[in-house]
Amino acid sequence: MVESVLQNLTYFVPETALVVTFCAVLLADVIFKGRPRIPWTIGLLGLIVAGVTAFQQTGLNRPVFDLMIVVDPFAVFFKVIVAATAILIYLMSLWSDEVKASARRMGEYAALLVSATLGMFLMAGATNLLMIVLALELTGLSSYVLSGYTKEASDSSEASLKYILFGAVSTGIMLYGISLLYGLTGATDLIGIRLALEGQAMTHTPMLLISSIMILAGFGYKISAVPFHFWTPDVYEGAPITVTAFLSVASKAAGFALMIRFLVSTATPSLGVDVMAVVQTFEWPKLIAIMSVLTMTLGNIVAIWQNNLKRLLAYSSIAHAGTMLMAVTVFSQNGVAAVLIYFVVYLFMNLGAFYLVMLVAGATGSEDIDSYKGLGHRAPLVGVSLVIFLISLTGLPPTAGFIGKLYVFSALLDAQWIWLAIVGALNSVISLYYYVRVIRNMYLRDPDSAPAPVVLTGAQTVLLMVFLVPTLVLGVYFAPLVDWAHASVALFGIR
Amino acid sequence: MNDILVWFQNPGLTHVLLISAALFMLGTYAILTRRNAIMVLMGIELVLNAAGLNFVAFGRYAVGTFDGQVITLFIIVLAAAEAAIALAIVLNIYQNFHTVNVDEINRLKD
Repeated sequence: MVESVLQNLTYFVPETALVVTFCAVLLADVIFKGRPRIPWTIGLLGLIVAGVTAFQQTGLNRPVFDLMIVVDPFAVFFKVIVAATAILIYLMSLWSDEVKASARRMGEYAALLVSATLGMFLMAGATNLLMIVLALELTGLSSYVLSGYTKEASDSSEASLKYILFGAVSTGIMLYGISLLYGLTGATDLIGIRLALEGQAMTHTPMLLISSIMILAGFGYKISAVPFHFWTPDVYEGAPITVTAFLSVASKAAGFALMIRFLVSTATPSLGVDVMAVVQTFEWPKLIAIMSVLTMTLGNIVAIWQNNLKRLLAYSSIAHAGTMLMAVTVFSQNGVAAVLIYFVVYLFMNLGAFYLVMLVAGATGSEDIDSYKGLGHRAPLVGVSLVIFLISLTGLPPTAGFIGKLYVFSALLDAQWIWLAIVGALNSVISLYYYVRVIRNMYLRDPDSAPAPVVLTGAQTVLLMVFLVPTLVLGVYFAPLVDWAHASVALFGIR
Repeated sequence: MNDILVWFQNPGLTHVLLISAALFMLGTYAILTRRNAIMVLMGIELVLNAAGLNFVAFGRYAVGTFDGQVITLFIIVLAAAEAAIALAIVLNIYQNFHTVNVDEINRLKD
């Protein structure tokens, strides 16, 4: 018993590192009161250790702790994405006015970021219903508090209230769905559920349909897919901008990892079983296709009217979730690989955009789109970088965003989802409109009054380059990324 | 009439499932109609407990292993953690807005 636990622990190093870091940060926060830099540094070191050890797990493929979680290339890929996001957010927070305003509680902020990262790591690998719920909840509880971190600001506390109400309701509904699924199949691990579904030939049971929809609601909430997206704009606008950026990339990545693993493990049949019979039990592809169309279209159309850039990016992130859902629809290796590629690209361009919005808000005190008037002439580097990020978010060459979209669309066309690809392409055109509105304000409009200067320090410029260089380089040299993504889904049980 | 009596005298899976479905409905009703944030949270508790009851019932009558009961224990802990954090957030809301009516806490919107 002890040996097996110890042996399993060797495959659980990144998560263990995060648990230890979390405790250390909390302790250091109490011991070194008034010197928040110390817990801060410990947290950063812990995240780096977790990221590196997660990356070292590349190539492993084995269940850990009696099929509670699994360490496979797919999980490792998402762990690396989450860890990279967490580290970059950590660095971004150094210049965030909102975080500095509550500098005394910086240790808490660090601890919560670490625990949210731990939850997302577990989400990436969870293969048991209980583990799925606990991982979702750990991520959720940490993010609820994080989004209310600047608790003196009423916007921030409103965001956290809305987040926890929507989050708790969707967890409850998902749990109810999971309990029905447990009753129907008698299994708690995903493979067992699939075998039970195959063996009992209970296609089209109304109870199965209800439970599937309830579980899908839980996932849909996590990745903010329409019609479970209502919390997203408010939370993203009210939360501190670093937290918004974290939620929009890491939380979404973990949600997608969990959703893809759940769908693939339960709805993809093992060899020798009629493929369509099991998939059609759930009718997942059609349902997800409709969800993705709604998500993209609503995200893009509502974004047109936004005047707060943070809120605009919130709607744009809903639209991006829709684009990635399109690739999930395909249920093929190419489709899942396209999601992985898209996430790496999305990480850099989206965090970059949020980073610049944060810096500009720090200098001008406003996230309003009007405060960007003439910014391109006042601060050339900021202006040009923001243009590159926005063009990449639209998905135009030669930026990385184009590569992300390219692989999504080619996966769709391979699988004959022509109408979905056309809707997706039309949506890219709509998104061009509101991204270009920002660019127009920066270059073609004169500022209303004497604007505050936006000056970057050396360190800030370096971090900007960390976002900017990959956004450009991945647009022209993407072969390693594509190979890595394909290798990460190759052993994943789908054809 | 006699059948109904017999049905009530032999509680089984169906009975528990009906109760949990009723709990779930009541919880959802509370979530949708109550405007007080605390009341909404109580509705959420009902939904979580409905799921927990389901797990116990299925574990006892349908599956025959202890997985269901164990998961319920976790759900209870989870509900407690969620309630603790939610109440802290509601307290914070009250300090900022001087109300816990979810309709009045609506400064962020399109």
